[in-house]
Amino acid sequence: MSNTIPEGAGNPADLLCFACDVPLEMGKVEATYLGQKFPVDLPRCPKCGFVYVSEDLALGKMLRVEQALEDK
Amino acid sequence: MQGMDGDQVKAWEARCIEEQLPACAAACPLHLDARAMLEKVKAGDLVAAFAIYARVIPFPAIVSHICDHPCETACRRAEAGGALRIGAIERAIVEDAYPTLKRSAQRNRKPKRIAVIGGGLAGLTAAYDLAVKGHAVTVYEGDARPLERLYHDYDAAVLPPSAIDADLGQLSALGIDIRCRARVTSGRGPLGLDDLIDAHDAVLLAPGRGPVPNLAGSIRLTIDNRVYMDADSCATSHPKVFASPLHKMPPGVEVGPYSPVGAMYDGRKAALSVDRFLQGASLTANRVDDGSGDSCLYVNVARHDPVAIVEPSAPDQGYSRTEAIAEAARCFPCECKECVRACEFLKSYGLYPKRYIREIYNNDGIIMGNRKSNKMIDSCSMCGLCADICPNDLSMGDVVLEARRSMVRRGHMPPSHHDFALRDMAFARSDEVAFARPAPGATTSAYLFFPGCQLTASSPQHSAEIYAYLRERLPGGVAFVQDCCGAPAHWAGREELHGEVNAALTARWEALGRPEVITACASCLKMLGAFQPEMTVRSLWTVMEEKGWPTGAAPLPSGALAIHDPCTGRYAKDVQSAVRTFAGHLGAEVRELSGAERTTCCGFGGLAQFANAEVTDKIVDRRITEDSADYLTYCAMCRDNFARRGKRALHILDLAFPAGADPAARPDPGFSRRRDNRLAFRARMLTDLWGETVTEPAPDLALTIADDVRADMERKLILVEDVARTVAAAEAGSPRFRNVAKGVTVASHRHGSLTTWVEYTAAGDGFVVHRAWSHRMQVEARPS
Ligand code: SF4
Ligand code: SF4
Ligand code: SF4
Ligand SMILES: [Zn+2]
Repeated sequence: MSNTIPEGAGNPADLLCFACDVPLEMGKVEATYLGQKFPVDLPRCPKCGFVYVSEDLALGKMLRVEQALEDK
Repeated sequence: MQGMDGDQVKAWEARCIEEQLPACAAACPLHLDARAMLEKVKAGDLVAAFAIYARVIPFPAIVSHICDHPCETACRRAEAGGALRIGAIERAIVEDAYPTLKRSAQRNRKPKRIAVIGGGLAGLTAAYDLAVKGHAVTVYEGDARPLERLYHDYDAAVLPPSAIDADLGQLSALGIDIRCRARVTSGRGPLGLDDLIDAHDAVLLAPGRGPVPNLAGSIRLTIDNRVYMDADSCATSHPKVFASPLHKMPPGVEVGPYSPVGAMYDGRKAALSVDRFLQGASLTANRVDDGSGDSCLYVNVARHDPVAIVEPSAPDQGYSRTEAIAEAARCFPCECKECVRACEFLKSYGLYPKRYIREIYNNDGIIMGNRKSNKMIDSCSMCGLCADICPNDLSMGDVVLEARRSMVRRGHMPPSHHDFALRDMAFARSDEVAFARPAPGATTSAYLFFPGCQLTASSPQHSAEIYAYLRERLPGGVAFVQDCCGAPAHWAGREELHGEVNAALTARWEALGRPEVITACASCLKMLGAFQPEMTVRSLWTVMEEKGWPTGAAPLPSGALAIHDPCTGRYAKDVQSAVRTFAGHLGAEVRELSGAERTTCCGFGGLAQFANAEVTDKIVDRRITEDSADYLTYCAMCRDNFARRGKRALHILDLAFPAGADPAARPDPGFSRRRDNRLAFRARMLTDLWGETVTEPAPDLALTIADDVRADMERKLILVEDVARTVAAAEAGSPRFRNVAKGVTVASHRHGSLTTWVEYTAAGDGFVVHRAWSHRMQVEARPS
């Protein structure tokens, strides 16, 4: 499996972290499902690290990866 | 952990006869696949058709003229316009494509020397088969030329000598040495059988039907001077000598009339024995050369309109290419697939049960790697329609249930398939909504009303009204139990959980003094009937029929209603008839859809809608277009699912206990409202009937959710509760984002194994929800 989830990750420029009041930036994030861990690049707050998962990503590529892991 | 039971799987697989030979191929002693051949002709590809034909038929030209075509006698088209003219089509194929014939022998690393005695169709077929396998074959024929009988038995107009010559030419091209005027006798000498046996690795006798006194002494003969042999193995008294048997045609007849294709079968059978002998293999093990036989493929001929046989415009020349194509188009082709035609789930995966079962079993056996049938297994609604239709009663529901149980036992069940439904079941069983009480003021209970979790969730007022009716009509106390029957646990393959549900239900029932159980739900009736052997369980509808119908009826919708029976009540005949009587009593004009035994599932069955909404929507959509009338149901889930897909539908209680002007237009409450209804129902019932102090739980947050957003959440299986939790957490200070472009707050919250995201805005005292989505994967910034 590829170690990034680029497709449909959303435009982080529109989003500001509520607490830190800074725009999101792409950054290294760790995704975990069913005990499998892998690194991905996702928009997140550069200060506190809160990660954004867009709807397109959640219902697209991420869902496919979840299903693939469930069938392993 | 234990997987599926292999013997059971084999037994299921064997029940699906879709892979059996069609009648034509079963009747052909050489089992020519006429169905596949005709398929090619139909498509105009006569060369491909000829390739199929010539792969099986050793003498394509000869056979195309004189085959006695037992396939035609068996052809099922006979029942709808006339049997296919397979023989005539074969002749057209040969006319068209004979020049494409290419014969070649396989490379054989240990070729053997074989003598074939007799140059008729049987002997030459054997010679051909053995030569193709790469052996060196010499044919000894007593007459002046091989196939002598064909030259003089048939008129040249029927079998042109050129056809015989062409096929014989192909034999020489294979390197077969045919010696004519070579009459073999017993004993020694160049044509003595003893010397031939010594000089060859094997000898094959194909003497035809006449006696062979000339061979006496070298091998054992019968009393009437035929070769003494074993009809199954073709073995004779000499280990190196085999003989061609005499075909039994038609099936079961000891020795029928002469059949050219039968003679070829005889030769082929003997050749197979010789080949096995030469390889040192068993002559009999795993040998299924049964010759001409009957087909056990089920074909629903009634489905096909009769089509008349195509007559050739020039009968003595046979079919033209165009005529052959037209005639071939009359082949159905034979297949069963009755269940596949009826079930959108079976159809959507493109195959048929035998293949599905094989795939499911393979899936079950995978240790490492992709279990690619998981979703398919969880897409069956276990409705039982296929079993009702299948000529051999194969139930895919049984197969997938076992597969799911095995998946659960081994920890391979994808969590996303059933989590939502099991969470809903847990909620329906929780103290927040479930309760059991003897009738208000009573201490003993002769009866127990069990509305089922879905009726109460969908239309709580009906549960209450039925309860009032039952208390009025039945003596001895009617207890009330709001609970779930455990069907979701059963369908999900969770044997342990299902056991717990059953034990809890038994305990409730025991505590109430083992009353007679009356349920309003077909699934509860089926589940309790199957898993609570001690309980007497009856359907509300038959009880009503016996005790008298409730009074008061709705203003009827105009026109007739089409009745849909729930799939879990497929065989509950007394219930079906009681409901129809009830509808009549209520003044409804009811017409049948498919009839109860052929009813379909609404998607809830087997929890299929949670694993594969696409397929269950297809099932529902097909069902709701069967009749334009409003549908009448007696299952809350069926009604709501029809409503969800845009069909006007009534629960029969909508007629009996009127509420609202147009109950058929009642929308699907959806999962979130069902939960609210359950919560409210418990509070109201306990307060109103039992005088207990229970406050109706009020939502902590005032959420405004537009209908389209709500429908979108339902499709994504996101509850209002999950959204409320997310908004509440964000407002309490959990991390969230501001989308400056859209002017909304974007928040997420992890609950159980799900992360729910909500886009919302504050409005007055509450919040407006714009959209929600969820995922299972967890994401966290990596500590840098
Ligand atoms: S009805 Fe379906 S399962 Fe039964 S034999 Fe036919 S194809 Fe197979
Ligand atoms: S209809 Fe077609 S497949 Fe069926 S028996 Fe006749 S030729 Fe064979
Ligand atoms: S959905 Fe029903 S008809 Fe279709 S395979 Fe499953 S049990 Fe059989
Ligand atoms: Zn931040």
